[in-house]
Amino acid sequence: MSPEKVNHLPESDTKLTLGLPGAGGECHRTKAGTKRGFLETVDLNLMSSSNDNKHCEENDAMASSKTPATKAQVVGWPPVRAYRKSAMKGSCKFVKVAVDGAPYLRKVDLEIYHSYQELLSALEDMFSFLTIRNHVNERKIIDNVNGVEYVPTYEDKDGDWMLVGDVPWKMFVESCKRVRLMKSSEAIGLGN
Amino acid sequence: MNYFPDEVIEHVFDFVTSQKDRNAVSLVCKSWYKIERLSRQSVFIGNCYAISPERVIGRFPGLKSLTLKGKPHFADFNLLPYDWGGWVYPWVEALAKSRVGLEELRLKRMVVSDDCLELLSRSFVNFKSLVLVSCEGFTTDGLAAIAANCRYLRELDLQEIEVDDNRGQWISCFPDSCTSLVSLNFSCLKGEINLTALERLVARSPNLKSLRLNRAVPLDTLQKLLMRAPQLVDLGIGSFVYDPSSEAYIKLKATLVKCKSIRSLSGFLEVVPCCLSAIHPVCQNLTSLNLSYAPGIHGNELIKLIRFCRKLERLWILDSIGDRGLGVVAFTCKELQELRVFPSGVDNAAVTEEGLVAISAGCPKLHSLLYFCQQMTNAALITVAKNNSNFTRFRLCILDREKPDPVTMQPLDEGFGAIVQSCKRLRRLSLSGLLTDQVFLYIGMYAEQLEMLSIAFAGNSDKGMLYVLNGCKKLRKLEIRDSPFGNTALLTDVGKYETMRSLWMSSCEVTLGGCQTLAKKMPRLNVEIINEDDQMEFSLDDRQKVGKMYLYRTLVGPRKDAPDFVWTL
Repeated sequence: MSPEKVNHLPESDTKLTLGLPGAGGECHRTKAGTKRGFLETVDLNLMSSSNDNKHCEENDAMASSKTPATKAQVVGWPPVRAYRKSAMKGSCKFVKVAVDGAPYLRKVDLEIYHSYQELLSALEDMFSFLTIRNHVNERKIIDNVNGVEYVPTYEDKDGDWMLVGDVPWKMFVESCKRVRLMKSSEAIGLGN
Repeated sequence: MNYFPDEVIEHVFDFVTSQKDRNAVSLVCKSWYKIERLSRQSVFIGNCYAISPERVIGRFPGLKSLTLKGKPHFADFNLLPYDWGGWVYPWVEALAKSRVGLEELRLKRMVVSDDCLELLSRSFVNFKSLVLVSCEGFTTDGLAAIAANCRYLRELDLQEIEVDDNRGQWISCFPDSCTSLVSLNFSCLKGEINLTALERLVARSPNLKSLRLNRAVPLDTLQKLLMRAPQLVDLGIGSFVYDPSSEAYIKLKATLVKCKSIRSLSGFLEVVPCCLSAIHPVCQNLTSLNLSYAPGIHGNELIKLIRFCRKLERLWILDSIGDRGLGVVAFTCKELQELRVFPSGVDNAAVTEEGLVAISAGCPKLHSLLYFCQQMTNAALITVAKNNSNFTRFRLCILDREKPDPVTMQPLDEGFGAIVQSCKRLRRLSLSGLLTDQVFLYIGMYAEQLEMLSIAFAGNSDKGMLYVLNGCKKLRKLEIRDSPFGNTALLTDVGKYETMRSLWMSSCEVTLGGCQTLAKKMPRLNVEIINEDDQMEFSLDDRQKVGKMYLYRTLVGPRKDAPDFVWTL
């Protein structure tokens, strides 16, 4: 017995809600603080699967306007608790780390560290040819093999290159876009 | 009918603990009803609007422990507007006015205000246990009141709660005289916490068995806490970030080895994966592991960890574990009973039918499953059904809505059909993928013990829903969204709904007229229509389709706290 397809209203006949500009399929009346829909990648990723067989979905009264070609996001799908969604989306700040002279870059998630010390230790792990020597008031990053000294710098939101360590850690995490371990010899003008 | 004095019968009833059994006992005769109700200490109310607090108190004056559930399940997925209801204040108020010596309050999906927590903390001298799951509406001020006023507090357990306001000082409100804590779970709080106060609290709580920390508790504090409480059975780690060469790491490793009682581990809300080796000694005794909030643990580090967990009975994990990782679970965790695989949202991370088949083959004791996956095939489900007929809970969520079997392009009717046919003790089922009325025919035919069914984007006609309503005699909760079921299905057997707790239907084909007919015929049901859409007026057009309908049986008529957008027919 072949399944019968129910005729659903074509999308142009269904009502559209007054959505907030830019709002996805999420319910607009959810209380402040609840994050917007689940990571977009989840739905977008799966749109390549067969859409042909499917009948048009009945519009949820809460859904904002949908583009017919793609399967739009829908409120409450996938069925993951709001708490879990916001916890997962929460902390993740990956920035690229470049070391002058190293052939490839690495990426670190700044959110998982609490201090400059922790970050530099992690960099030491990642770029194993580096050692971080702690002096009284400063830290030096030194290449084990050839003794070359590096200065940790970062590019901030404004596009300026700054010396790592000047601002409080959280501020740094907030404003850092990428990190570069610059050879000391080239770090003219940044001062020690 | 009594051959024994009442006291003897009461003593016998002490051994009857499950609510189901006690309900049955109370129906035997008037005398047993009376003895039972006067001696019942623990009451479970599955729907706070099915009954009033006054009537509960009236029937069970000896009440010590109350469990309440408020919003329907689909509220978890933002399908219910914020202020639909589920306020617990009236309950606490009624209890406070009465002479009930409340000791324990467990709430799920309810709205709890700070005032309510304050009232609770002041009204019951022997109050011992507060468990809040998926609740909202309070701040840490409310927690401060609980901490300060409940002198014999044993348990404060907050699960999956978004508390916006966080000032961390509530921990300092536990008086020095409070030494009775057995369980403290604040892992979901987002803000800072007074670490010194926390350390002192743990130090003076010799009975502490369960401690779940939030993200703001750093590693060195964790180490200090574990030194104070080596007897912990359940540990939730907040932050697990440190420099492996530091003294803190060495200390922690040593301390963890001493914590020989830990059987349950969770958290890792912040983690640097290379530092997990400190955890390995704990793994061998673990029966429960929840890494579903730890996206930082994945790949080889995760698999390494799992390989140590031979005694695991419960595992909550993210789909970043992949089919390969699930293969390792299947190989290692022979005692596994419950598995939940949540979506991590990462593009390439996902599990498929392969992982599930491996698990079903490798874990003979598995009976509870929640599985978010990229795809599923009928063949796989049939294999799973063959491998394992023990499932009591089977929840499958294929992330792509209405996705068919990618190999055959067929609906997944046969696969789910095999599951319900094989698993004769199945009580809870969630469906997904492309499904026709056929799957509901199978469910109606075979799922004799089914109590809860969740349907989304499935079916073709009213027949589907009717198969379920006619066939599943033990059905208590039915929730349906975006499926083509209409008035015929809704109205064919109206008496059925009085045998159930509730029915949710959203974005289906039922009309206002259909709902009104139902409400008229069944006065002991509350049929609520939820209209948040400004454009939809309460026009008396019977043919208008209803956006969201929630109906439930009740002994107390329409609720008086319904907001404007909820219309009880």
